[in-house]
Order: sequence, then structure tokens, then C-alpha cells
Amino acid sequence: MDQDRKDFAASVSRRKVLKAGASVAGALALGFPAIVRSQSDKIKIGHLTPLTGFLGALGQYAVLGIRMAEEEINAAGGVMGRQIELVSEDSVNPTTAATKAQRMYEQDRIALLLGEINSASAKTIMQVAARNKRFFLSTGARSDVLRGADCNRYTFHMDIPVTVMVNAEGQGLERDGLVKGRQVFYLTSDYLFGHDLAKAAKRFMAEHGATTVGDELCATDVTDFSPYLLKIRQAKPTLVATNLGGNQVTNFIKQYAEFGLPYAVAGFNLNTADAWAAGPGNLSGIWPTVWHHHIDTPGTKAFVAAFMKKHGKPPENHAWIEYVSLKVLAQAMNEIKSTDNDKLIAHLEKQPQFDLLKPRKGYFRSWDHQMQQEAYTFTVKKPGTYQEAWDFLQFSAAIPRPDQPLELLAPTKEQSACKM
Amino acid sequence: MQQLLFLLEQVVNGLVLGGYYLLIALGLSLIFSVGGVVNLAHGAFYALGAYASLEIAKYLGFGPAVALSPVAVGLLGILFERFFLRRFYTADPILGLLVTFGLAMIAEQAIRMIWGAAPLPAAMPAALKGSVVLGDFIFSRYRLLLLAIVAAVLAGIWLLLNKTSFGRVVRAGIQRPDMVAALGIRLQPYMTTIVVLGVAMAALGGALFAPIALVYPAMGAEIITVAFVVVVIGGLGSFWGVVLAALLVGVVRGVTINFLPAAGEASIYVLMFLVLLFRPRGLLGERIEKFE
Repeated sequence: MDQDRKDFAASVSRRKVLKAGASVAGALALGFPAIVRSQSDKIKIGHLTPLTGFLGALGQYAVLGIRMAEEEINAAGGVMGRQIELVSEDSVNPTTAATKAQRMYEQDRIALLLGEINSASAKTIMQVAARNKRFFLSTGARSDVLRGADCNRYTFHMDIPVTVMVNAEGQGLERDGLVKGRQVFYLTSDYLFGHDLAKAAKRFMAEHGATTVGDELCATDVTDFSPYLLKIRQAKPTLVATNLGGNQVTNFIKQYAEFGLPYAVAGFNLNTADAWAAGPGNLSGIWPTVWHHHIDTPGTKAFVAAFMKKHGKPPENHAWIEYVSLKVLAQAMNEIKSTDNDKLIAHLEKQPQFDLLKPRKGYFRSWDHQMQQEAYTFTVKKPGTYQEAWDFLQFSAAIPRPDQPLELLAPTKEQSACKM
Repeated sequence: MQQLLFLLEQVVNGLVLGGYYLLIALGLSLIFSVGGVVNLAHGAFYALGAYASLEIAKYLGFGPAVALSPVAVGLLGILFERFFLRRFYTADPILGLLVTFGLAMIAEQAIRMIWGAAPLPAAMPAALKGSVVLGDFIFSRYRLLLLAIVAAVLAGIWLLLNKTSFGRVVRAGIQRPDMVAALGIRLQPYMTTIVVLGVAMAALGGALFAPIALVYPAMGAEIITVAFVVVVIGGLGSFWGVVLAALLVGVVRGVTINFLPAAGEASIYVLMFLVLLFRPRGLLGERIEKFE
């Protein structure tokens, strides 16, 4: 008994507690390696995507999408008659992403690598791919620089770039009279993607007659936006334009609705999953997207039905993009009957057409490796006009229109800084 | 003049935000002072509170959900204290940290398995939306309500600790557990009650923040960092220290965002660094014999 008391007194020192707390926090930052199985007869495909942090929820959707593609490809006989095996891991952050990419190319002997949502992580993986002279398909990263100044021969880009998002969104804003003469307050995520988005957005708005009254950066881990909301109110804008990433948009929208500020709000990035999480009562404004689950094609209908059946919820744009990305790569490897990365790059540069479950087929543009495809905008339906919780978003027709060239919204060769 | 007014508005908003941190940090601090365990699973109870409130709200609506979710999670707290925390009161603190850290991870993954990885929508009643304008200041109506609830909880806890025989035993137990034992009082039921109170406060925080924050599996891990910073700045184990620190953290963050928005999140860690540099025990940290 006495001994117990003495132990109690002696053992718990403040210093010890702080030290131990710090070491646990350190362990948190490192992440854990996944267990890698190896089977030689299968074609191994590496996949990296953030499963934690502010993009984690989107990454979880991406994994569901790519796993479904893996199953379907294998059920249909695999690639060149061989089964594929996906090695999928949390990319955590740009540094860890690069380390894992290097390990996958070198030790896991993957045939090729795809994935990512975070533009900063995609950038470091692109450098690893170029150094190793190996193929990387960047699926969900949208920063312009990746396919502009930082482009390289070994990387292809699936998602629409920032410029396309801004141009698509801009069309929607102009339709609703939200550009010309508007005094705009910009709120921007302080990382590669946010900066890129802000640059393109400000260029578009300035060219079309809007002025800037406020322009603030916020760290990616901001969860409380109230100080920013006060600054917005002080600036008295006539449009609040957000260039935020991942689940930040959800937080911002919820708190914007909470404060009930009277200014129109819109943004140049909002993923469907984050729109769903914001909820019908909170969301307003116009937003761009690359794909949605109401697209009227047999491919999208089949994909959405299969996904609903398996997961009890509709897929969003990152589930879709990972799904079509793996399908596109499987098709390309089957076409060239090889997993050789140089042959694959040469093949894709010939601009073969791929079904993206959208009305028009897409292709990778040969000189910047950017997938050319349609985009959409969405607004919010009026209360009472929808049934299910997933159903409150109203999607626009495809942009560009069927009679317009597919590359209409993309930067031209003169505008792009890409030199391979 | 205008600038000064804007700054003042940020200070007031920061105080409101401090209330937000307080609900989580106070429980963390109480559990530490009584049991000597830094409860890294505290964030998990915050998350569970949010998720439980969403489930209850489906059947009973928003108000009852906010009231019942802390009760439900508090009951879980009894099991948590009985089967986990209790074994670590007298052990090396690293063991308590490891076990609560492990539990936090298990809880996060369990939430992921039950409710999914994607954030869930959470709505507040339409009547609570919007803001109140007082003079030149704007307040979110919902946050004012939140602040009132926090103040009531705070007053309740203070009265309990300082004006009841229960509180006397707890305070004595913090300073001299051996003397309390010598007087023939078993500290065990008091510890259980404190843990349940702390856990229920975290759950109440989760239920209240669900409509204005993101409800997703990692929400607990997100809040525990700030709560830990608040407790360290205030002084481990100090009631008013935690209150002061929570308000200070809210204000420092708001003022930083007014001048240098990009540094808003970093500012609270700089504050912690400075406080620890000059007052290693925290702002109002008392000298507690068993922790020295």
C-alpha cells in the first residue's frame, strides 16, 4: 500500500508527460508502412493517394473506385491475360509520397504508378518518376504548374487542370451575372493548388470586368473560419470567391451559412463529396466539377449502379477518376501488349481515344500529356425539389457544348509553359 | 479608428472561439489532475459525441440530441475508466499515453467502419442560423448560444469542485492522495465521476460543433492537438489556467489572422513556445507535489 503511494508520487513528472506527449505526436507524423505481398505472375500496379488529412475523405473514395476497376479488369481476364494486383498506400504528405513512390518503383517492382489528389505530393512523385524514367499517371491533382512549367515526359494528367475549372466556373458565373462589375473577396488555401487556382481565377475575373477588394490566404488545417468571415464582412464584397482545397470548402460553407452573410458566394473548387457533407441547407453558389453521377451515358449508369450496390452510396468525382484511370491504363497496355513504360508513353502520345463514361471520348494531348475532356458546373436545387440526401445538386450540361472543340477551355500551346 | 474596431471585433470573436476550445480542454485537464493520465483518447469522445448526436437527431431532433449525446458517451466513459484508465493512475505516464493513443486510433477506425470515411452532413435548426449585429460587431447567433452553454457548464464544474463536499475530496485528492486515503476515503468513485464528466463535456463539444465543423473520423485527432496546447499553456491541472489559456489562444489566433492570415494556425504554437519558455509550468500551473 505504502509502496503504491510512493510509486504514484515518484512516477508521474510533468517533464515526463510532456516528453512522452511529444514522442507520440512525432509517431503520428510518420505514418505506417503497408504490408506488401509479392506474386510474380501478376502485374503489379502502384497506387498512392492521401487517406489522412484534409484530402483523406476524397482519397478513401479514390480507393473504392480503383478497387472496383481492379476487380472488374481481373474478372474480365486481366491485362494481356495476366491478373493485376494493386499496391495501394496512403501518400500522407509530399515527402512521404516521394519516398513511397521511389520504393514502389525500385523494390516493389510495380509496372507503373498512378494516383494522388494533393498537387504538392503529385509534384514530388513526378520528380521521382522522371528520375527513374518510369511512368506515372497523376489522377486527381489539378494544379496548372504540374502540366505547365513542371511537366515531364513520364507523367500524364487525368483530372481537369485549374485553368479548365476556372474557365468552366467562369462561364457559369457570367451566365448568372456574377462577374462584370463585381467586387470580389478571394479566400485561398495556402499550398500549391490554392495558389495556382487563385492565380487563374484572378486572371479570369480581371479580364471579365471584376475588381478585387480582399485576398486572404489560410493554412490547409484551418477549421474555424470565423476570423476570416469577419474580414469578409469588413471588406463588403459583392462576391466571395473561394480557392480552397479538400474538406476546407465544407467547413467554410457551413460557417458561412452559420453567420448568414448576405454576399453571393461561389468557388473554383468543390468536390462532390465535400458538397454532400456541407448539406443542402448550407450550400449555395456555383461550382465546377469534372464528372457527376447523373451523366446520361450507359457507362456512367452502369458504374453508378455497381458502386451503389457495393457501397450503399453514389460515387463522387475521385472514385470515378481512379476507376476510369485504371481502366484507361489497362486498355492501353492491352493495346500495345506490353507493360514497357516507354512504349506506353509513345502509345499515349499518339492520342488514342478513351471512354471516360462521358458523352465524348477523351485523349491525352501529346505535347502536355493532359487528358482532354468535358467539364460541368453545379448549383443547388430549391428545397423540396429533391428526394435523397445525394440529390440536391443540379448539374449543368457538358462544357464545352457538343458542337465546340474539346480543347476549348484548356490552355493553348502558347499559354502553356510546358516544354518536354 | 476603423482598424482598431476591426481588431476589437477579432478579439471578441476570439473570446467566443476560446469557449469552443474550453469544453474539450477542461475535461482533458481535469482527468489529468485527478488521475495523472494525459487522455489522448479525449478527442475520440468528442468525435463520438458528434456522431451520436447525428444519430439521435434523426429520431428526436437537434435539441434532445445535444442533451442526450453527452449522456450516452458519458456512460461509455464509465467503461473507459473502469477497464482502461484505472490501471494507469500509478503507472509510468508513457503507458497511459500509449494506451489512450491506441484507443484513439481504434475509435477513429471504428467510426470509419460504422459511418464511413466521408464527412457527414449535420444541420442546425434554421432558427439558430444567422448573426446578431450589436453596434459594429457581428456575432453568429449559434456561437452566442454555444458560449452561454459553455459558461453554464463552466459555472457548474466550478461550483462542483469548490462548493461541494465532492469537490473538496477531489481537490484534496489532487494534492495529497495519500492523506485522503489516510482519512479513510476511497478516491476511486471520485475518479470515475471526474472521468465521466470530462468525457461528457468532450461529447457535448462534439454535438455542439457538429453543425459548424466537419463531422468525419479524424475530427477527434484534430481537436486533441489544440486542446493539448491549451492545457499546456494554462498549466496542467489548473482550472482557471485552462479557462485563461483557451480564451488567450482564441484571441491570439483571431488577431494574427487580422494581420497575417497565413500564420493564423501557427500562432498558437508560437504562443505555447513563448509561455513554456518563461513559465515552464504554464500560466497558472500550480505546484502539485505528485507531478514534480
